Amino acid sequence: MFNLRDFGASIWERSDRKMRVLIALSAIAVAAMLPFLGGTFLNTPVADYGSVLVFPVAIFAIMALGLNIVIGKSGLLDLGYVAFFAIGAYTMGLLGTKTSLNTWEILPIGIAMAMFAGLILGVPALRLRGDYLAIITLGFGEIVRITALNLNAIGGANGIIGIPTPPTIFGLEYTFDNHRLYFWTFLIIILLTIWMIRRLSVRRGGRAWESIRQDEDAAELMGVPTFKYKIWAFVLGASVGGAAGVLYASKTLFISPDNFTLQVSILILACVIFGGMGNIWGVILGAVILGYLPDRIRFLSDARLLVFGIVLVLMMNLRPDGILPRKKREKALPAKDSK
Amino acid sequence: MLANFQDQFLSLTFGGLSLGFIYVLIALGYTMVYGVLRMINFANSEVFMYGTFATVVIIRDLFGFTQQSEPATGFRLFYILLICLAGSMFLSGVLSIFLELVAYRRLRNRGSNKLAPLISAIGMSIVLAEFMRILTDSRYVGSPRVMEKSSIATIFGANLRLDNVIVIVCGLVLYLVLQQFVKKTRLGKAIRAVSMNEDSAKLMGVNLNFVVSGTFLVGGLMTGAAGFFYTLKYENTSFSIGFELGIAAFTAAILGGIGNIKGAFYGGISLGLVETYASFFLGTQWKAVTVFLILVVVLYFRPNGVFGEAITQTRA
Repeated sequence: MFNLRDFGASIWERSDRKMRVLIALSAIAVAAMLPFLGGTFLNTPVADYGSVLVFPVAIFAIMALGLNIVIGKSGLLDLGYVAFFAIGAYTMGLLGTKTSLNTWEILPIGIAMAMFAGLILGVPALRLRGDYLAIITLGFGEIVRITALNLNAIGGANGIIGIPTPPTIFGLEYTFDNHRLYFWTFLIIILLTIWMIRRLSVRRGGRAWESIRQDEDAAELMGVPTFKYKIWAFVLGASVGGAAGVLYASKTLFISPDNFTLQVSILILACVIFGGMGNIWGVILGAVILGYLPDRIRFLSDARLLVFGIVLVLMMNLRPDGILPRKKREKALPAKDSK
Repeated sequence: MLANFQDQFLSLTFGGLSLGFIYVLIALGYTMVYGVLRMINFANSEVFMYGTFATVVIIRDLFGFTQQSEPATGFRLFYILLICLAGSMFLSGVLSIFLELVAYRRLRNRGSNKLAPLISAIGMSIVLAEFMRILTDSRYVGSPRVMEKSSIATIFGANLRLDNVIVIVCGLVLYLVLQQFVKKTRLGKAIRAVSMNEDSAKLMGVNLNFVVSGTFLVGGLMTGAAGFFYTLKYENTSFSIGFELGIAAFTAAILGGIGNIKGAFYGGISLGLVETYASFFLGTQWKAVTVFLILVVVLYFRPNGVFGEAITQTRA
């Protein structure tokens, strides 16, 4: 079958430095132009096109990138990723309404909170493997949501309203319906995240994750401190989720526990696997498609989630490694005990 | 509070036990599939949800019960309940086989990574739930009352409700039947062989596709029975109940040690009891948190569940 990933990679590898800069810049330019394409066939019938690009598309892309560190790079199945998103969002909600800190000051705090939560969850959970890790993380996600639901000090079921928008920078004002500005801001965050992941992947940590994903026992025997690097993957993934949460809260200006259900975790996981686990571009593509699709096919009104499910089943059957799978040499050897 | 608890202890225990048996049956659906494929069957919760609807449809449309009609008694009640049980099990079993064909078979035969079937199963779960949501207009569907929920006996002041007794007795019988099935029959032996070692089983002439379908069928039958008991006990259902019960049952399966039939049994029972006691003390809103915290603690000390994952010894 035609392999889009290898095709793209071969163009990239054949071009020189100047060409690469050109490709990267034009790709960024195309992405930045997206909010202007509202009038075309891309338009979403019911929801406002500009706002769909910000949430879910851009937020999903950030979260999928973060989850990809955990699941795609180091092979840890995390079904409670929404917990970090929720922690980031609640940090923004509480500090934004109760103190005079602005979004950019809260962002590092939110990231730190999410990383701390990742550490607390990671230390006991990462002793487990595979499906047990999955259920523990799932449980953690639910615990965070239910706690938010039942603690009236942080809004309970009503959530938090009146979260401030980010402050004006360079004369650009973040009003609620200025979707383009939000989109461009989030695009910058996405680019920063991509940069961070690419830098990490080629270093010691990236190689350690790769070895853990392929065969944890062998990695341990070769002297890779697997537990330490698993914690690192978990905490870094959490930090990206926390950042996404802070941004989400200061975009929607209202959060409630209903925004942080298990379905979100599952949807982000679907983005990662649907797009192509382990490959940054695949993951982003997956997030864009799965974030955008339900709103695009809204003309199906009631049946749109049904169609969404059918698309998931069909796609996984036709391309089990995702739309843009990782490079062949990065594919894990089939583990001996797996079936 | 504590004196109150002592008063209500027995009736709470009965309620918890019957909830526990519902968990046991759903957990068996998860555990059977996990034992053979080493995969979480994410859509099992929807199989359960369809089981609850099968019972409602049979009671309402086949036997023409309405909210006003008189509850059935005696032999007629027995006969109606039997038809409902059979109908729920049949629908869920067929659905479960269908699920395997659509979401798992192709991916399994291609030897894909472990996560692809997980996502296709999630996709099927969305499809099934959405289909039912559209059919029912996103509403809760009440089941007409087929039986008088009178207490048939009083033990130390606790009422023994008939529906709870039926759930507990039938659940126990189904569990024992399943255990004998896996132990004694040809298909049961093949299932155990595949879960021990797939390659050797194939070399010994076991038809893998047949065994996997059979496993899904058996898991679906158990889950469907749980659907029937749920409707009998709570008398309403909706397209979204699968999720909540499915997560709890899956937790139960993990708690006992997934892939292990005995584990599903003890996991389900203890989860049902703990959940009921915990909601008495802390209120129902904290029930899920208690359950997960217990799970964390158990897995911390016994990372493979209380009974471990050793399917082969414990199943035999």
